[in-house]
Amino acid sequence: MARKDSGLQVDRRRFLTGVVAAGAAAAMTPPATQAADQATAPRAPSALRPSMQVAAAETGTPRELARVPGLPGSDFMVDVIKTLDIKYCPSNCASSYRAIHESIINYGANRMPEFLTCMHEESGVGMAHGYFKVAGKPLMTLCHGTVGLQHAAMAVYNAWCDRVPVIVVGGNDLDAAHRPPGVPTFHSAQDINALVRDFTKWDDTPVSLQHFAQSFVRAYKIAMTPPYGPVAISLDAGLQQEPMKNHGGEKPYIPRYVPTAPPQGDSGAVREAARLLAGAQNPVIVADRAARTPEGVKLLVQLAELLQARVIDQGGRMNFPRTHYLSAPPTAVGSADVIIGLELSDFWATVNSYTDNGVNDGIGSNASRINSGTRLISICSVELNTKANYQDFQRFQVIDVPMAGDAEATLPALIEAVKAAIPNERKAAIDKRGEAARKAYAEGRERAKAAAALGWDASPVGTARLCMELYAAVKHLDWSLVASEGNVSNWPNRLWPIEKQHHWLGRSGGYGVGYGAPASVGAALANRDLGRFSVSIQSDGDLMYAPGVLWTAAKHKIPLLAVMHNNRAYHQEVMHVQRLSNFRNRVVNLGGDMGPVGTSIQNPDIEYHKLAEAMGWWAKGPIKDPAQLGAALQEAVAVVKSGQPALLNVWTQPR
Amino acid sequence: MWFVHLLALAVAGLAFSQMAAAAGSAEKGKAAYVKHGCWQCHGFAAQGGIAGPKLAPEPMPLEALSSFVRNTRGAMPPYQEAILSSADLADIHAWLQSLPKAPGTKSIPLLNP
Repeated sequence: MARKDSGLQVDRRRFLTGVVAAGAAAAMTPPATQAADQATAPRAPSALRPSMQVAAAETGTPRELARVPGLPGSDFMVDVIKTLDIKYCPSNCASSYRAIHESIINYGANRMPEFLTCMHEESGVGMAHGYFKVAGKPLMTLCHGTVGLQHAAMAVYNAWCDRVPVIVVGGNDLDAAHRPPGVPTFHSAQDINALVRDFTKWDDTPVSLQHFAQSFVRAYKIAMTPPYGPVAISLDAGLQQEPMKNHGGEKPYIPRYVPTAPPQGDSGAVREAARLLAGAQNPVIVADRAARTPEGVKLLVQLAELLQARVIDQGGRMNFPRTHYLSAPPTAVGSADVIIGLELSDFWATVNSYTDNGVNDGIGSNASRINSGTRLISICSVELNTKANYQDFQRFQVIDVPMAGDAEATLPALIEAVKAAIPNERKAAIDKRGEAARKAYAEGRERAKAAAALGWDASPVGTARLCMELYAAVKHLDWSLVASEGNVSNWPNRLWPIEKQHHWLGRSGGYGVGYGAPASVGAALANRDLGRFSVSIQSDGDLMYAPGVLWTAAKHKIPLLAVMHNNRAYHQEVMHVQRLSNFRNRVVNLGGDMGPVGTSIQNPDIEYHKLAEAMGWWAKGPIKDPAQLGAALQEAVAVVKSGQPALLNVWTQPR
Repeated sequence: MWFVHLLALAVAGLAFSQMAAAAGSAEKGKAAYVKHGCWQCHGFAAQGGIAGPKLAPEPMPLEALSSFVRNTRGAMPPYQEAILSSADLADIHAWLQSLPKAPGTKSIPLLNP
């Protein structure tokens, strides 16, 4: 591959040979020398004197190693990366990408991108995931060969399911005839990207610097074309280290990045959808990852108000303000005669219910949530990028008007088509629909408040109390709820005035536990640069997957308020095992814990506040009495405003 | 949907009416509530949440509760006598009955920001 120029290979191999030889000399003293030393010594010393070779190696001036002539290939790679304005590179350091690492921090002056020290590859990808959902720009992360990419894989899968672009660059020592023995061999593969190919949009293995320039810009472009998604570039160690070849005195060129316009729904299908919506008695809009930008939120409000249609925001992103009277709960589909789904990867699950009740040979039962004859419309870009091996949809759902296109990009045309399709005589009826929606919204708010009041003073702290104490502490700031993991009964979406897109970033996508902590830190990094205040609801199980990201936040001065939803269990599994025990009519084995054996995180309880303190955070806890929470939050907010991360370890109710 | 099912079961639960006479112990009921895992979906204060509805204050009658718990085919898994005795269930019900009403939402400033 990149090593076919033998003249260039020698330098790198000489360097490695030199390293190996020096190490061997330091570790071994020839037996003859040892014998001579012992014969002349009056008595055995406590440690053998160093041989001349070892002494020279330890104290002398090392011989200057031959340097690679010309501009290193990895410097050119940095030139390519800089054209794309990638701000950060959160990564766990590794030898397979040592050359580009060196180029980023020295040649590139550690700016655009800035290397951020991570303690796990999953943290690096998770940070990039969270960062994008605030900044709207992707980050790159470097992974170490086979082992690093396998560590990263779960986070890549979350990004895939959540339609988030991340540029994963993996080091690899491709040339088996030349790569060093031992570790580099175990950490290399023939087709390393195969590890993540099923859940990346595209990958490549460039074999020349010119190839790299094209591949990297192409990867960026593919990742950033809706439906977004992660991409992978395998970076050969040799290609990184070898100098640029002289192409007649010219450097390889760097293609200019021009964004691809997102795909729109077919114009005929848009008109048919508008006709159905305009004629509907009770149209309902369901949105999941529809609003890619704040403009998407505005467009959705415009469509909803035009139709006076209630909107169910499934929360993949902040699509629709929770304070708007047309905001509706999931049950609103039940009275619809036309439903339009915007970026629903699984429409079936929106219009059907599933009950895990053990019937049907343990499969459970399904029921439709909608009236028969309800017409369904879909605008979904995921249809353009479906793969076979991993699927995030359930049963096949027949759609009356399906459109393979990006919802946000299609909304302007749909809005115009709906305006044209609404006859004047329908407008009074549509306005009346709005009045009913206002009433339903107000009643729903009161029901939510009444439910929140239950167990208000309970200890451990109720999740409604936790969320509302937290909101009270940050409401005067430009806050951003960067993650809400562990299921707090959806209180922020039920009670917080979520209106701006950065108020709610959605969830992991793939439900891979371990997303919350790194995504929070990544999102907080983006918010730091925008002057916003980041807050996360951090669950206990999630934090323990890769807690080292706490250190990364402290190291790089990323302010974040993490309030723990510490229910001392993998609570979803608590309920699952209890359910199966009941189905089988067996008393569940608790093994001395609160939950079934294997599901509790107690005995001993993890002192997360001490864990965070040990990694440079301000932290406090455990807080079990809700009356103590408000004051602790005030302290923590002050710390975060000063630029530090802070964690409150709060013992909570299970859900 | 679950409450429709519940009503039907409540009617069927007349057979359990003798249990109404059994006076449960609220103190024992609190322990039984935790031991049998009711807290998992309904919370330690029986306040309910996304995984299960509130059970208190003002719990359903014991007959209805018993009928539902024994026969549910909804989201909640059934508890048969072998894993939850009628005596424990009566105690749990007594504890649920003992729980005070929640404060009014208007009296909680944090719910009216």
